[in-house]
Amino acid sequence: MIRYILRRILFMFPVALLVSFLTFMMIHLVPGDPARVLLGEYATPQTVAALDRQLGLDKPLPVQFVLWLWQALHGNLGESIQLQQPVVQAIGQRLPVTVELGLCALLYSLIPAIPLGIYSATHQRSLGDWLVNVFSLISTAIPVFILGLALIFFFAVSIRLFPPGGYVPFTQDPLANVRDLILPMVTLGTGVVAVNMRQIRANMIESMGQDYIRTARAKGLSERRVAYIHALRNAFLPVLTLIGLQIGSILAGAFIVETIFLWPGIGQLTIMSILSKDYPVVQGVVLLAAFSYMAANLLVDICYAFLDPRIRYER
Amino acid sequence: MATGIQQPEVATGQPEAKSLRWLARAFHTFAHDPRLWFGVILLAFVIAAIFAPFISPYPPLLYHPAIAEQGPTLAHPLGTDDLGRDQLSRVIYGTRISLTVGLASILVGGLLGTVLGILGAYFQGWIDQIIVMVIDALLSFPSLILALAIVAALGPSIINVLIALAIVRIPIYARLARGQTLQAANQDYVTAAVVSGTHAYKIMFRHILPNIFAPLLVQATISISLAILDESTLSFLGLGVQPPTPDWGSMISEAQVYLTSDPWMLLGPTLAIVLVVLSLNILGDALRDYLDPRSKDSGRVESS
Repeated sequence: MIRYILRRILFMFPVALLVSFLTFMMIHLVPGDPARVLLGEYATPQTVAALDRQLGLDKPLPVQFVLWLWQALHGNLGESIQLQQPVVQAIGQRLPVTVELGLCALLYSLIPAIPLGIYSATHQRSLGDWLVNVFSLISTAIPVFILGLALIFFFAVSIRLFPPGGYVPFTQDPLANVRDLILPMVTLGTGVVAVNMRQIRANMIESMGQDYIRTARAKGLSERRVAYIHALRNAFLPVLTLIGLQIGSILAGAFIVETIFLWPGIGQLTIMSILSKDYPVVQGVVLLAAFSYMAANLLVDICYAFLDPRIRYER
Repeated sequence: MATGIQQPEVATGQPEAKSLRWLARAFHTFAHDPRLWFGVILLAFVIAAIFAPFISPYPPLLYHPAIAEQGPTLAHPLGTDDLGRDQLSRVIYGTRISLTVGLASILVGGLLGTVLGILGAYFQGWIDQIIVMVIDALLSFPSLILALAIVAALGPSIINVLIALAIVRIPIYARLARGQTLQAANQDYVTAAVVSGTHAYKIMFRHILPNIFAPLLVQATISISLAILDESTLSFLGLGVQPPTPDWGSMISEAQVYLTSDPWMLLGPTLAIVLVVLSLNILGDALRDYLDPRSKDSGRVESS
């Protein structure tokens, strides 16, 4: 087991290096001189040169990358141009907001998906199965920003049940925090509910056809026990992989949800920074997003290997 | 003998009867698989995109402050926006951008990814290792965040959105094509081609590619809908199409401000996005069932 984990981590190093390089290269994709773009057309050559030096753009490319990486490894991702504070600090202040939103949405995406997926797999071609499938098709076709605006319109503008946006930290007022959380969480998680449900349904149908299910039925177990204990346990494994994949879409979705619901998280920070061309912040967020996505998938792989011994001995 | 009897019937059949039979067969197919109706919806959008100047009741940029922020009326079935522009006309013109970006980004990204995947799987060795590493690195970014980063660097414009969305799709096709090619490479027809001295490029693109085309095509219908969603999201965030060009995402972004005073502004672009994406997803499912009956009822691989 430990050998498997070590090998996976070792395998991640070249990819992580390449990911860092791609993120670093972002600023070099900027057409023209980034410092000039940042300072506007009336900047004097002296100020442009000074900003070039501050961003490290006056050195050869490989040297720049090594320096940037060295600084990043020491927790220094540069200074935000707009906010006049270190990028790490700017991200760190807003990270808890995004993590709260993301984790709650992930949890919300699983809770209804499991019973609905099982129901629709065990009642194939029933009215309930059809309804579940229609819901799943429609909710995957609605983009996050439309769902968010629709929920605001129905639940904040029309019946004023929830606030249309805003954020109160949990430590300051837990109740207000939960009230602010509901609409963003539902907005972010609903599309994922559908994907999870489809996956659980497909896996359940597959595992219901296996030999051990026939054996369980032959033993005289109740259909409910067969479905919930025997089939579900095996149907749940692929869902784990799916969660790993979805952390990416939840993270990206959180960016949009934060913009719509005015949550002061890293998503709002990123969009703001992109629009004001604050490249160091965008670089920092992209790097953080990629690395947390990689870490999440590593964790999923490890859990998977833990639950299914066959994987440990592959390759 | 039997065909000899049948033959004259076909030959003497009137043109009307022929077209009727065609209609009957179409009706039968549609009744058998109602999902195909979504193809008709999609076709309607494609026609709207191509013939936008002839179909749309008003020019999309014609503003008319006197009738701003109206709900649906007979003259303006989807209402008017904050400048009094006809929403229906803007939705029709917006179809052009959504469909073009969706299709073009998949064409470019899918082509690059497929070529990379086939090259890696066919040549193995260090070429394959580099390609796999690039795929893994690109997949390490959540796709929309990668697209955001690319657009952030290149600057907001429709061409840059297209470039970003094409790059984002490369790894999925590369991985799929690579896996399929690895399987195909062990088949007898490939061995036969290698033994007979066929050039490697010919084996890859004339022998292997047609055989792995079906799963790539299924993936394409699903990714087009994802690309359309991503394009509208980027435009909604103000990073894609710039005003006053009509685009579904930026129309919704404009409507957001008037959510309390004029929620009707949301109706047109919302319906358009949901209908197109829904149709593409359902058609993708149908296509997968036709091309690969084994995978029936299995979940979708790609997530946005």
